[in-house]
Amino acid sequence: VSLSLPFAVGQCGNQVGCRFWDLALREHAAVNKKGIYDEALSSFFRNVDTRSGGDGPDIYKGKICSLKARALLIDMEEGVVNEILQGPLRDVFDSKQLITDVSGSGNNWAVGHKLYGYQYREKIVEKLRKAAEHCDCLQCFFIIHSMGGGTGSGLGTFVLNLLEDEFPEVYRFVTSVYPSGEDDVITSPYNTVLAMKELNEHADCVLPIENESLFDIVNKIHQMINSGKLGSTVKQNSLVTSSAGSAKTVQEKPFDAMNNIVANLLLNLTSSARFEGSLNMDLNEISMNLVPFPRLHYLVSSLTPLYTLADVNVPSRRLDQMFSDAFSREHQLIQADPKHSLYLACALLVRGNVQVSDLRRNIERLKPSLYFVSWNQEGWKTGLCSVPPVGHSHSLLSLANNTCVKPTFIELKDRFMKLYKKKAHLHHYLHIDGMEQSCFSEAISSLSDLIAEYNELDATKGAPRTDPSRLKIAV
Amino acid sequence: MSIVTVQLGQCGNQIGHEVFNAICSDLHGTHGLCSKKENESYHDACKERFFCEEESEVPVARAVLVDMEPKVISQTLSMAARSGYWKYGDRSHFCQKQGSGNNWANGYSVHGPRHKEVIMNLVQKEAEKCDRLGGFFTIMSMAGGTGSGLGAYVTQCLRDAFPTSFILNHVVWPYGTGEIIVQNYNSVLTLSHLYRSSDALLVHENDVIHKICAQLMNIKQISFRDVNQVIAHQLGSVFQPTYTAECGLHYSRNPLGDLMETLVPHPEFKMLGLRNIPQMPENSLAYSTFSWPGLIKHLRQMLIANAKMEEGIDWQVRPPRLGSYIPSSHSTNKPLQFNTSIANLVILRGKDMHSVDLGSFRDPSLYTSWLNPQDAFNTWKTPRAFNKYEKSASLVSNSQFLLKPLDNVVGKAWNMFASKAYIHQYTKFGIEEEDFLDSFTALEQVISSYTIL
Repeated sequence: VSLSLPFAVGQCGNQVGCRFWDLALREHAAVNKKGIYDEALSSFFRNVDTRSGGDGPDIYKGKICSLKARALLIDMEEGVVNEILQGPLRDVFDSKQLITDVSGSGNNWAVGHKLYGYQYREKIVEKLRKAAEHCDCLQCFFIIHSMGGGTGSGLGTFVLNLLEDEFPEVYRFVTSVYPSGEDDVITSPYNTVLAMKELNEHADCVLPIENESLFDIVNKIHQMINSGKLGSTVKQNSLVTSSAGSAKTVQEKPFDAMNNIVANLLLNLTSSARFEGSLNMDLNEISMNLVPFPRLHYLVSSLTPLYTLADVNVPSRRLDQMFSDAFSREHQLIQADPKHSLYLACALLVRGNVQVSDLRRNIERLKPSLYFVSWNQEGWKTGLCSVPPVGHSHSLLSLANNTCVKPTFIELKDRFMKLYKKKAHLHHYLHIDGMEQSCFSEAISSLSDLIAEYNELDATKGAPRTDPSRLKIAV
Repeated sequence: MSIVTVQLGQCGNQIGHEVFNAICSDLHGTHGLCSKKENESYHDACKERFFCEEESEVPVARAVLVDMEPKVISQTLSMAARSGYWKYGDRSHFCQKQGSGNNWANGYSVHGPRHKEVIMNLVQKEAEKCDRLGGFFTIMSMAGGTGSGLGAYVTQCLRDAFPTSFILNHVVWPYGTGEIIVQNYNSVLTLSHLYRSSDALLVHENDVIHKICAQLMNIKQISFRDVNQVIAHQLGSVFQPTYTAECGLHYSRNPLGDLMETLVPHPEFKMLGLRNIPQMPENSLAYSTFSWPGLIKHLRQMLIANAKMEEGIDWQVRPPRLGSYIPSSHSTNKPLQFNTSIANLVILRGKDMHSVDLGSFRDPSLYTSWLNPQDAFNTWKTPRAFNKYEKSASLVSNSQFLLKPLDNVVGKAWNMFASKAYIHQYTKFGIEEEDFLDSFTALEQVISSYTIL
C-alpha cells in the first residue's frame, strides 16, 4: 500500500492531527473486525511489537499488536503535544516522532521559519528519514497547519521546503487553515502571505480551509439537531463534526467539532488509496488531474452529507441531493461560491454504495449549471470507493480547482497591505536573522502574481469559444 | 493454439477476470443445445485456447496480471479462486505499490523500463506453457496511467520479443464526460503508440456499453461490474471456438491469426469495432425467441447505420448505389451517415446456423473497392450456443465505426494541448511536447485515412 506521512505542525496542526488519528482508528475499527493488521491500516499505522521495549521491529502481518501512527508532530510549545501524549492516543505516538520546544513562536512567521527552522533542521531531517524508512513505499507527505500563527505557518513551510529537498519525488499535500478577517492575531496577514509564497513555490497541492466556514457548518448542524424539525434522530457518529465512537471521551472542546471536519476531509481524501473500489483514486492522481499549471494548485473542498438520519432507506433523490450539496456555497470549506466562478477541474470521490450510473447521472445533471474553462469542458475526475465512512451508507468529497479562491486571496492581500503600508509590527520580523524587507516584497509579489493568473482565467469565462484548428494532413 | 492474455491496470484486470468468468460459465452451462460430441470438441478447444491444466484441481487461466498498485490484483485473484471453476496462476502477477497517478508518461517512461524484465519473464513463462502460441490478447483502458502508458510499453516489448506473434489489444474508451481529466491526452498517446506495435485494436466504449446496460439489460443502478460483464460477454462471443469457412472439420486453431487475416488487410487500418446481438436480461431469455433472418437484418443495419446497439437503429440509412458514382477525391457521393467498411466478420453461434443466409453482408456497396467482396467478408460459425443465448451473432468490423469517437478524442486533446494545460505533468517524466505532436500527427493520419474510405 502506498503510504502517506502526515506532519502536524503548530497548535492548530496538532489539534487537527489528533482528531485525524482518532477518527482514523475509529474508521479502521469499524471495517477491520478481526483485528488483523491489513494493508489499509498500514497506510497510516505501523504495527509494532512493544513487548521487546521501545523500538520493536515492525510486524507486517497477523494480529494487531500495537499501532503507531506514521507521523511527525512538531510544535514549539509543549501544551498541545503534551495533552495528546497524556490523552487516550498516547500509545499511538512515541517520543521519537515528536519535536517540541517550550517558548513558542510568538505568532511570528520569521521565528518559526528562520529561527526554529535553522535550529531544528537536522533534527527534523533525522526524524523524517527514520519515519520514511519504516514506509516501504512513500507516496505523499501531508502537512497540517494554520497560516496565521508562527509555528504552523513558519516552521510548517520550512518543513515543506525541507521535504522538497530531501524527497523531491514524493508529493506534498498541504492542508492550510487560513485566518479569518476577525482573527485575533494582528500579524496574521503577514504570517499568511509569507507562508503563501512558500506554498506557491513548494507545495504540489494545497487545500485551503477557513475557520469561518467550519464554524458555519458546526452552527448549521447544531441548529438542525436542536430545532427538532426532523422526525427521526440523527445518527450521532455520522456527524461530520462528531467524535462519537472515537477514543476521545473527555468533554469536547470548542475547536473539536471544527477540527473533526478537517480530519474527515483527510480521511475521505485518502479513502480510495486505503480501501478497495471499482474506480480507485490515488493521491498522485488527484495532483495529476487537478493541477493543470504548477502554481494553480489550490483546491476548494466540500464534504457531504454532513450527517445521516437514523432511518437508513436512502431513496436515490437523497443521493442526488448529496451531489447537489457538494456544489453549494454552504458546504465549501472556504468562503467561496464555486458555482458562480470558473472551474479549471473538478474531482468527485464517492464512498459507499454508489455506482457509476449514479455518478454519471449527477454529473450530467449538474454540468449545465457550472462554468468550465474552455480547454477542459469535461474536466471531471471521478473515484468510487466501496467503503463508506462511519455512520454513513455513502459520502462525497469534492475537490475543485476553481477561481472562487481568488476573493480569499484578494482579501488577504488587502489586509496585508493595510499593515504593510504603515510598516506596522515589521520590526518584530526584521530583527530575526535572515529576514529582510525583500522577503515581504517578494511574498506579496508572489501573491499578486497568483491573483493575476486567476484574473486572466476569469476573463475567459463566458467568452465565445474558438477551438484551435486541427493539424492538417496531406492526403 | 493458445492465447496468452495480459491484463493491465485496474480496468484490464477487472475486465480480464469477467472474461474468464464468462468463458467458464459458458463451458459449464447446460445450454449448449448441440450434440454431446460437439460440446466436447468445443470444451477441448476452449480449454486449450485459454486454460492450462496443471496439477491443480481447477484449470488455470493463461494470463499475466500487471498493475502498479496491489488492491485490484489482490481482489481479482481471490474472486477467481472463489469461483471454484478456474483460477489464475499463483505466480502470474506483478504489482507495485504506488500506482501510475493517471500519468501516461509515468506508466510508459518510468514503470515500463523499470519493470520490463520482470513482466516479460512472466509473459515468457506463460508463453512457454503453450504447446503452440497463438498470440497475445492485452486488455487495458486508454484513459488511466498504467493500462494506457505501461500497456503501450509492454505491447512494444511483446512486439520486440515475439516479432512473428499476433498481438490484439483490447482497448476500453472512457466515458466522454470524464472519468479522468487527462484521459484524452492519455488516449492520444496510447493509440498512437499501440498503432505502431499492435496488429489490431479491438475497442469498447464505456458510453456505449452503459447504454446497453440501461436500455437493453434494464439495469437500474449500473456498476462497473455490470459494464464489464457485458464487455466480457461480447468478447467471449468472438473468442470462443468456432469453425471457419475453410475448415469445417475441427474448431479453428488460430483465432487471432484468422482475425487479422480477415480483418486487417492494411496496416494503416487497425481499428476494430464489435457488435453483438441479441442482448437482454437473463431472466427475459426464456420468454424470447429469435429468428436468424431477424438477427442478421438488424446486425446488417447496425453496421450500415453505425448503430451501437439493436435499439434505436436508423433504418433510413442505405448503402450508396454503385454505378451512380461521381468520381471525386473525397467520397462525397456517399450519404454521410453511411458506415463504409473495409472488412467484416460475422460470427454465428447456435441452433440452425448453417441455414443462415448472409448474402446481404456480401453486398459490394458496403465496402471499399480495394478487396474483392468475397475477401472483404468472412464468417465463423458453430452450432454450439453461447452463454444461454439460443442464437447469437457478433460482428467484428474494420469500418468507420470508430471514426467519430476517435475524432472526438483527438479534438478534445488538441483543444487542451493548445492551452498547454497539464503538459508539465508529462514533461516531468520525459514526455515532451514533440512527443505529443508526433502522436497527434499519427492519429490525424489515421482519421484522414478512415474518412476518405
